[in-house]
Amino acid sequence: MRRPDGPAKVHGRFRYVGDLQVPGMLHARTLRSPHPRARIRHLDTAAARRVPGVAVLVTAADVPGLATYGLIVADQPVFGGVRGEVRYAGEPVAAVAAVDARAARHALAAIEVDYEPLPPVTDPRRALAADTPTLHPNGNLFREIDIRHGEDGVHGPVVVEDDYAIGMQDQAFLAPEAAVAIPAADGGIDLLVATQWLHSDREQIAACLALPEQLVRLTLAGVGGAFGGREDITVQIHAALLARAAGAPVRIAYDRVESFLGHPHRHPARMRLRHTATHDGELVSVTARVLLDGGAYASSSPAVLANAITHAAGPYRVPHARLHGLVVRTNNPPCGAMRGFGVPQVTIGHEAQMDRLADALGLDPVGLRVRNALQPGDVLPTGQVLGGPLPARELITLVAARPLPPPAKHDPTGLSLPGGLPAMAEPSRVRRGIGYALAYKNLLFSEGVDDASTARVRLALAADGTPHAQVHSACAEVGQGFVTIAAQIARTELGIDQIELLPADTAVASAGSTSASRQTWMSGGAVRGACAAVVDRLLARVARAAGLPGPVVETARRSLTITGGQIVGAEVGLRMSVADALAMGPVEAEYTFHHRRTTALGAAGQGDPHVAFAAAAHRAVVDVDLDLGLVRVVSMALAQDCGTVLNPLALRGQVEGGTAQGLGLAVMEELVTDAGRVVNPTFHDYLIPTAADVPDLDFVAVTEPQPDAPYGVKGVGEAPTCTATPAIIAAIRAAVGRDLRRVPVRPHHLVGPPDADPPDADAASGGPFGEGPS
Amino acid sequence: MSGSEAGSNAGPEPPRPLGAEAEAEAEAAAEAGGLALYRLNVDGFLRTVSGAWLGDSLLTVLRDRLGVTAVKDACEQGRCGACSVLIDGRLAASCTVLAADADGTRVVTVAGLGASGLARAIQARFLSEGAVQCGFCTPGFVVAVTELLTRRPDADDQEIREALAGNLCRCTGYGRIVAAIRAVQQERGILPIGGEDDVEWHP
Repeated sequence: MRRPDGPAKVHGRFRYVGDLQVPGMLHARTLRSPHPRARIRHLDTAAARRVPGVAVLVTAADVPGLATYGLIVADQPVFGGVRGEVRYAGEPVAAVAAVDARAARHALAAIEVDYEPLPPVTDPRRALAADTPTLHPNGNLFREIDIRHGEDGVHGPVVVEDDYAIGMQDQAFLAPEAAVAIPAADGGIDLLVATQWLHSDREQIAACLALPEQLVRLTLAGVGGAFGGREDITVQIHAALLARAAGAPVRIAYDRVESFLGHPHRHPARMRLRHTATHDGELVSVTARVLLDGGAYASSSPAVLANAITHAAGPYRVPHARLHGLVVRTNNPPCGAMRGFGVPQVTIGHEAQMDRLADALGLDPVGLRVRNALQPGDVLPTGQVLGGPLPARELITLVAARPLPPPAKHDPTGLSLPGGLPAMAEPSRVRRGIGYALAYKNLLFSEGVDDASTARVRLALAADGTPHAQVHSACAEVGQGFVTIAAQIARTELGIDQIELLPADTAVASAGSTSASRQTWMSGGAVRGACAAVVDRLLARVARAAGLPGPVVETARRSLTITGGQIVGAEVGLRMSVADALAMGPVEAEYTFHHRRTTALGAAGQGDPHVAFAAAAHRAVVDVDLDLGLVRVVSMALAQDCGTVLNPLALRGQVEGGTAQGLGLAVMEELVTDAGRVVNPTFHDYLIPTAADVPDLDFVAVTEPQPDAPYGVKGVGEAPTCTATPAIIAAIRAAVGRDLRRVPVRPHHLVGPPDADPPDADAASGGPFGEGPS
Repeated sequence: MSGSEAGSNAGPEPPRPLGAEAEAEAEAAAEAGGLALYRLNVDGFLRTVSGAWLGDSLLTVLRDRLGVTAVKDACEQGRCGACSVLIDGRLAASCTVLAADADGTRVVTVAGLGASGLARAIQARFLSEGAVQCGFCTPGFVVAVTELLTRRPDADDQEIREALAGNLCRCTGYGRIVAAIRAVQQERGILPIGGEDDVEWHP
């Protein structure tokens, strides 16, 4: 089955939120702090309000409800306020709505803000130091987790230890943030938004507007990618405030620079890892200290840390572990959710360590992984017993057996060599390297959260007399293809062709977030459950009408089936078309799907925090120009644990896209800050992979069903993002023979003095390593 | 799926011609204020642009003045290709072209490619090969691929990838986009028919 929104998209008719026009609509822009840390002494908006075309201007003083918002903790001001501090360069200070964007821009320029700059805290290693100022009433520590597993102090004779650092990646979804807010006659507000989670947005908007939630109604408008970057509020509250103040519809839309400044990014990470093993290659202990820079506000930092630290030892059996993680507040840009959610960073670390260990032991890196790979029934560092399936051993074995690409051929165009330009690389100075990575990634929300999803299904006769189903879910379609999956499930369960997916909105209960690889499982489960309930009711009605005896639903379930639009009860000699059954009236049902209960992390980081896991293994082949330090990724092979596959095309799209984003983090993508300011917030300076950078993916799908998931599915989008980066880094290491402890890898890490940009040995000291702040 | 193609998002809004009265008013204002007044041939329709600044890009004028939202705005630096159009048959990032300079040319967006059998084949293959996810890059890609296959019907894998390096996609990793192009080449007899699905399945 193909995407139902596909035809509109290929013809340019699909309406993204930034394409929407509402009669009488005003255009809004946001004023942002240029300082990473400053006190606002005075804010004068009088001149700005007089700019021709300006309708309304709002600041912190115009927020009627809660002054702050946030996904987990409401610690982020709607606007940096007078006598309050701004805490990152890019923090909103005011917003203006005007008759057109140009007038709004002129008004921004006319706002006078008197900032008193304060020294910013931009080194996360200093965030908790005694002499570092407290940056927020909530303090500088978002969360600390200390996992103790097995016995303290038990180590193997073979030891590898090192530091690793990973830069800040951006989701870089293609459609910049936008929203349209329309004031309603009942005193409420309607919003058209591009988000990952309508109901979380609604809760936060309502609190800041001091409105009851039912007066804040959200509808999902066309979303141009997300990857975690639309989980947090950006434009929503500002648009709503402006529209209510103006009494008119307001559209707020970011440009690319604002998009880079406006949403949280992937956490930069520093870590120290020590792995010990027996002489024959059995892991004995893993000691980890992980420090994540959360930036100015909490966003989803506490949950990201839990993910990072619980996965820090990787998909391996480890009898003894001490995993200590911190996520801290600084005056850097806020960080939050991005595809992989804390796991890509630690995977880069633990996979580098596994290669080092293989080297120290004189073992093959694949063999070492096979030997230590987790299997169902193993105990994880949190004490959680791994449920099945997790074919980690099979994946790394499969990917290692894929045919290798042919050696670099003579290419007079030079296009197939690193650098890609004619005569850029001297062929004799190009080295090939091969690298592997294995990872596992949790699925769905963790730590005791019941992130349920509700769907409603209505089966009725269409005007032409054929059965027609409406499926209503608040699941945010951000590109991943839930619209296809939902229609497929409804068709399968109801046995009819005419399926209509209603717009995702807050008129139905929450579907939870489009994140954590959860929507096919959770909202797919909700749609399936609602369809099953509709079928039950329809069959009960038929059974009742036919005068079948006994408790009605039970009887119906036992004796009737639907096939090819016909309700058939062979034993009781009954046959009726679905259309005839619906002639008695429509049938409707709502269903809420819950995953199995997990628990919070308790003392010593112990518990049963994750619902389930999916694993992936990548093999990367690269060519490196030894003179220029340029890298070409020649081939990528992936073996992935996919559960039951509902839509092979959508699966392929997810794993190829995930691989490309991991490639970006390996060799291209980093949002660079200088004293807290982002210096490259454009596609000119923040490079994401192009078609010329990403090779074809050789993909092997392992399809062992997940027993507690609908149809046996697993989420598939995140695991390959975790493994692509470390596999490429490993391949580059193999080609150049350098340690490469800083990611992304840049040309100057590959040529010239070794170990440029060291990850800083002190970076993650302390904690289990016994030095520094803890 | 029945009903509309994309739920609430499909509403094909035709470019909204300004009312004659409004147009005359705007023209008078433009003349009085020294603002630009010109005509653009967009997708075969002659559209009057009035009151725009001479510095406005073709992208801005198409989207904000003429309501042509099939052209997407993602970077305004000529780096992402989401705003790709054909100007007299040549591929251009409309954010890097002054609208006033396009006076006297033929501007074609994805919405105006409909008559081309090649574009229709590309659109069909983008759908059948899974080249569309969020779809925000898709209009620009369809324009760029149409231009490429018009110019180089037998482009090989490397040429395709190099030619499309000006169009960013963040969802697909490009694999299905290249597959769609190869499929178009196959159905046009330029490439031999290859294997349908090269994924290896391990139940």
